[in-house]
Amino acid sequence: MSEAGAAEDAVAPAAPPEPERRHGALVSRSRGQVVLHAERDTYLDVVDALQGEGFNLCSDLTCVDHLTFGAGRLVPEGVHLERFEVVVNLTAIKLRERVRIRVQVPESDPTMPSLFARYPGTEAMEREVFDMFGIVFDEHPDLSRILMPEDWEGHPLRKDDGVGRIVVQFKGTRRGAAPVSERSPAATRRADRG
Amino acid sequence: MTTTPHTHAPDAGDVEPDRAGEPDGQRTVDETDVTVMDPYATYEGAQEMRSRSEISATELLRESGAVLRLSEAAAAELSEATAGSEDETMIINMGPQHPSTHGVLRLMLELKGEEVLRTKPIIGYLHTGMEKTAEELTYLQGTTNTTRMDYLSPMFNELVFALATEELLGVADEMPARATWIRMFMCELNRIASHLLFFATNGMDMASTTSMIFGIRERDALLRFFEQVSGLRMNHNYIRVGGVAADLPDGWQEGVSAILDTLERKLVEHDELFSGQPIWHGRSQGVGIIGPEAAVALGATGPTLRATGVPWDLRRDDPYLAYDEVDFDVIVGTHGDTFDRYAVRMSEIRESIRIARQCIEGMPAGDWRIQDKKVTPPPRARIDESMEALIHHFKIFTEGFRVPEGEVYVAVESPRGELGCYLVSDGSAKPYRMHIRGPSFVNIQTLPHLMKGGLMADAVAVISSIDPVMGEVDR
Repeated sequence: MSEAGAAEDAVAPAAPPEPERRHGALVSRSRGQVVLHAERDTYLDVVDALQGEGFNLCSDLTCVDHLTFGAGRLVPEGVHLERFEVVVNLTAIKLRERVRIRVQVPESDPTMPSLFARYPGTEAMEREVFDMFGIVFDEHPDLSRILMPEDWEGHPLRKDDGVGRIVVQFKGTRRGAAPVSERSPAATRRADRG
Repeated sequence: MTTTPHTHAPDAGDVEPDRAGEPDGQRTVDETDVTVMDPYATYEGAQEMRSRSEISATELLRESGAVLRLSEAAAAELSEATAGSEDETMIINMGPQHPSTHGVLRLMLELKGEEVLRTKPIIGYLHTGMEKTAEELTYLQGTTNTTRMDYLSPMFNELVFALATEELLGVADEMPARATWIRMFMCELNRIASHLLFFATNGMDMASTTSMIFGIRERDALLRFFEQVSGLRMNHNYIRVGGVAADLPDGWQEGVSAILDTLERKLVEHDELFSGQPIWHGRSQGVGIIGPEAAVALGATGPTLRATGVPWDLRRDDPYLAYDEVDFDVIVGTHGDTFDRYAVRMSEIRESIRIARQCIEGMPAGDWRIQDKKVTPPPRARIDESMEALIHHFKIFTEGFRVPEGEVYVAVESPRGELGCYLVSDGSAKPYRMHIRGPSFVNIQTLPHLMKGGLMADAVAVISSIDPVMGEVDR
């Protein structure tokens, strides 16, 4: 897009007169890729406008938990940083162009509008973000866990959900199953036979 | 033999009591040696398909695969077509342990006789938290992790992670031409291998064991070549951050040319045996149709999308590596049915052969990895003679290298579609967040759409025409 390509560096420190905006969202470049920092309230408007421009494929929707790497993030001035960041990658097939939207989602109110009505393909992706980060997508038609078991507690990809802290338990497993030595002879025999 | 459903019992229960699941539950009734299956052992609650009486009309439409905004007339027509009392329909479970679901894909199907009314894929049975694991591994170890996601096209998984890391490091421009061309060459061979396995399994799902044997036989020649190059048939960890693990072995040109020549002859044979046969047409033509609008809306990419006639191939439309320097055609279909998805992949094998031949001819000489001391370990020979080289090697392999702060999304065209990697770095030697956009994960969403109104027997052919790899779906 010509309007987007006009300014090479949106976050130049040398007092830019007006920060670059696209559809009301602050624009920055990350390794040459266009990033739109949409507010949560205007997120759907930005997506709608981009869809009107021809961004017809939602390539990816994911989330980052910035619990331990909060302040160092490279964002243009004016973006209020929160713990979670939902990242949406849109592609315009005709224009052969990509754009990324980053939306800040606070820990106290981890909700987001769903993109399902605009891009039905985000159904599984939003479920994955809900499963892994606990972000609730309003108006999502089927917001259930997708990768973890339905009765799993916690959201594994959150930074405070540590690796190896939880004993892996699947449904149907008796907690505290007897160790090998205490099993009945019948069980041992059967295990030996295979 | 006992009636236990698991066939690899010897250590299943003993070594990992936590993971034993059902077998452990059965041990409670050991004395009588009667196996009682817990009907809710794999119960997934809200993830499962619910009966018609429990859901609203809009939900029904959506589950039927009507995810697009429909006109009112079309919606009314659809709801009429799927209406019927619950006595006439039944919900059955297919998978996760089913030979033709390509891994542990579980589908819940609502059937009316032989006709599939609704489909719901339930995934997660192979979820091993690889994105979480990636946060614990250095960038050097990252490729060993990602290569195991889509285990039928490991090169692409390594490539996308390496490209994203190099983009963050800012060394992408320093990449020697030979490294780029080796990557492209290996990826195209991998695409052929992956499509051949699709050919094998797709045929097998349509009850043709011939195609299974043929596909696997042809693929094996390529896997043997991968073994010569990387030491492993699968999960190579060959493409690494900063280049590739090793140069191509001596005489690789002749070896690969022979494989490609044989393959080209065999492809003609396959066409005679399958592509032109009326039985093959009968099983696949007009089965599992999806239109271009629906495919784009559902986020489908790769052969699934191209079979509908949308010419979207990242190799051409968002060129990475050196794809802008080689000649190839983007293959598209017209009907978006199972046959078109098959035909697109078969033609892509031919295009990949073309690219591989151009790679053999045009392979530049020179380095096969970046000569950047920060990223590249010293050559093996220098470690023997120089203490500094040994320390350097040790530091890179234990501590890794630091990657500047930033975030980047890189996508490549894998045999299944757009394979993306979203990488966030906090400036340390391990990724802060690594997300893989798996094409199968997204493409599976087209299944309810493809299967609606089809026959149960066709469902099997439709699943394999999407060519899902569960390792990538669940990650």
